[in-house]
Amino acid sequence: NPFAGLVSHLRASWLSGKTRPMEYRVAQLEALGHFLDDKKQQILEATASDLGKPPFEAELSEIFLCKNELHETLNNLSRWMKDEHVDKNLAMQLDSAFIRKDPYGVVLIIAPWNYPIHLCLVPLIGAIAAGNCVIVKPSEVSKKTERIVAEALPNYLDKDCFAVVTGGVQETTKLLENKFDYIFFTGTPPVGRIVMTAAAKHLTPVTLELGGKNPCYVSDTCDVTNVARRVAWGRFFNAGQTCIAPDYLLCTKEMQEKLIPALRKAIDDFYGPNPRESPDFGRIVSDKQFRRVQRLLGSGRVAIGGQTDEAERYIAPTVLVDVQPSEPIMQEEIFGPILPIVVIANMDEAIDFINSRERPLALYAFSSDDKVVNHVLEQTSSGGFCSNDTLTHMTLTSLPFGGIGNSGLGMHHGKFSFDTFSHHRGCLKRGMGWEPLNAPRYPPYSQQKFGVIRAAAKVTRKNDCTLL
Amino acid sequence: EAFFSEILLCKNELNVTLNNLCHWMKDEHVDKNLVMQLDSAFIRKDPYGVVLIIAPWNYPIHLFLVPLIGAIAAGNCAIIKPSEISKNTERLVAETLSCYLDTDCFAVVTGGVPETTRLLENKFDYIFFTGIPPVGRIVMTAAAKHLTPVTLELGGKNPCYVSDTCDVTNVARRVAWGRFFNAGQTCIAPDYLLCTIEMQEKLMPALREAITEFFGPNPRESPDFGRIVSDKQFRRLRALLGSGRVALGGQTDEAERYIAPTVLADVQPSDPAMQEEIFGPILPIVVIANMDEAIDFINARPRPLALYAFSCDSKIVNQVLERTSSGGFCGNDTLMHVTLTSLPFGGIGNSGLGKYHGKFTFDTFTHHRGCLHRNMGLETLNAPRYPPYTQQKLGLLTTTFEVKRRGTCTLL
Repeated sequence: NPFAGLVSHLRASWLSGKTRPMEYRVAQLEALGHFLDDKKQQILEATASDLGKPPFEAELSEIFLCKNELHETLNNLSRWMKDEHVDKNLAMQLDSAFIRKDPYGVVLIIAPWNYPIHLCLVPLIGAIAAGNCVIVKPSEVSKKTERIVAEALPNYLDKDCFAVVTGGVQETTKLLENKFDYIFFTGTPPVGRIVMTAAAKHLTPVTLELGGKNPCYVSDTCDVTNVARRVAWGRFFNAGQTCIAPDYLLCTKEMQEKLIPALRKAIDDFYGPNPRESPDFGRIVSDKQFRRVQRLLGSGRVAIGGQTDEAERYIAPTVLVDVQPSEPIMQEEIFGPILPIVVIANMDEAIDFINSRERPLALYAFSSDDKVVNHVLEQTSSGGFCSNDTLTHMTLTSLPFGGIGNSGLGMHHGKFSFDTFSHHRGCLKRGMGWEPLNAPRYPPYSQQKFGVIRAAAKVTRKNDCTLL
Repeated sequence: EAFFSEILLCKNELNVTLNNLCHWMKDEHVDKNLVMQLDSAFIRKDPYGVVLIIAPWNYPIHLFLVPLIGAIAAGNCAIIKPSEISKNTERLVAETLSCYLDTDCFAVVTGGVPETTRLLENKFDYIFFTGIPPVGRIVMTAAAKHLTPVTLELGGKNPCYVSDTCDVTNVARRVAWGRFFNAGQTCIAPDYLLCTIEMQEKLMPALREAITEFFGPNPRESPDFGRIVSDKQFRRLRALLGSGRVALGGQTDEAERYIAPTVLADVQPSDPAMQEEIFGPILPIVVIANMDEAIDFINARPRPLALYAFSCDSKIVNQVLERTSSGGFCGNDTLMHVTLTSLPFGGIGNSGLGKYHGKFTFDTFTHHRGCLHRNMGLETLNAPRYPPYTQQKLGLLTTTFEVKRRGTCTLL
């Protein structure tokens, strides 16, 4: 077990209490901020090299959104850390009852390659804020970014408490043999199962941020131009390699006809007549992923795009029409710049289609009619939901971000990250005296004693509360 | 005891839930950034779907009903699997509960290990398990195949530290009550005492007095003292009596599955009574030199479901709380922290994961769905995010989305 020494070193640091004081956590978090400032240019270059990420997109997702999380946390940490006093019953009026926010201990964060800094750092912010020691395992697929994380990040943080481990499947498997106090994993469902199974051996709690096929329902009553722009943006951002990207469209045949020219125009507005020459459109991260995505182009009929270049790992922003549910592109999460359109007769059919499949990480519905949007929200189940736009629900630090069913378990962002990595310890402090107050509970038992207990401890049923 | 744990505490949970349900179910609106002022951002409370609740035998009604209350409140369908060991209660649950609930949405499944294993092959949307750590691992491993979220309420050895500055009489009563309630078969019972040799000497007569006061000179004749649930558990417990030295009690009767309220003195960490959760009416005392040694002793072992510290000096209580990790904590009493529906109840490490009681049960069985409703129009607001990308657009975007760092907030 090559990592046993590292894990026990971190555990000893945690037991020493080093990470508990707020000042310590603030200092580490501020150091993370400096890392982002100092290394910004390198991060932009590394992600450009690893997956052709346009610097604008990298600055937004890898730097800016992380700094938002950092600021949100620093602005609120002392408040989040405080003991939360709770309501007491009659018998406990003289006692102190509160929730203490304890760290878990040594936590493991495993990050993927598509937003390689963001998906390491945002959980790390919560883990540090909650007082834990952390091992970060960045993705080996985004090689240049992995090197920045492995070589530069540790210089900003306390090496007694934070470490970066690199490697592929073998190393991660060995790492997972160790006992961690929390595991935060972002990646695909099959690997999520492996991580949870490994965690189960040690009864380690987990958060799994997974994925799936995020449906995008477009009703007949909508502004076609706006819909096309918002959907195209969400689909083609990072060349489609986004866990919450709209994966496929559901609409009527008439809407499909209207959307195609609007999507064509949006793509042209965004990337010009030849997106391969646009500095603003990404590439696929690896040859293996490129070949996988390229195979999906055979589904339905190419209405827009469809061009590829293996040397560059370029796949053009593509829209496929008349896609059948049985086709390859509808069997797996696309994770590439291809948008299939599946034709349905009406909203109810769209809802049935969605509900007969795995629950997605995100669900999108476009309609000018609020009732339609609310109906889709009401009748479906998904990690998160956004109407009349794509992706933007994840930019609000006040909304919990997480999956359900196959798309994951647990949630994070903002205070939810802090809460994820905190153990909420129910505490009651009583007085050493006041023993007569306890007398009714002791044997020998009597009806009279029971009556006294019931009066002191019971919760009465109030009248029905009304929906305000 | 049954009235208190199986009826009163359940009704409390029911009433807290009924009193607050419409409030808990409501969409929770959240803070928005500049660019989303015209949008609606909220957390929708969705049910998970079909949940499985597996309950143990020691509080056989309470430990399925309290989770069930939360599961129903959150809008789920539920399958309940009561323990086959508490046979009469199992039958009651299997035969009568379904008469009260909608049988389309709620069901009771009975059986032992083979049936539970088959049940766990199915895909559930949430699994709530109360039981021992080894079975907790099995449940979580089965859940992992379907990526099913779980709450595991497990157990361990709950330490009870008694400092030298305390009211010995009160401590003895409160500890004896917590240890011998339900004949010790309580997941949060004080499992063992840690104190100095002087305190052990003082506690012994006080514990003797408390036991006599509670159960009379012959607890076997008291109507207020329980029995061990099964022959297997009885024999397991009887074997632990060899640890240390019997200072109080120690009598057993196999036919009745009776084990007297027992205190063992001078127990060594290597003794059998210190190798497993006792789950019976035996209180071992392990002598330590001082509080720091007690804390080290506790921290060298798996993290318990409950941790108790007795001291007149609140600084000592606070230090023990601060320097240890446990599911829950109670200063100067035992068991009582779980009777407050406003406190989360759950383990950490080997003692479990997840939490419940009160609103925490509703939240356990609810998926918190982050939702954003935007406008179909107002497209100009989105313009800065689209390619072709420019520095100017980036500047505009960051201004509207930014979370600024404020001055350091002070601890109020």
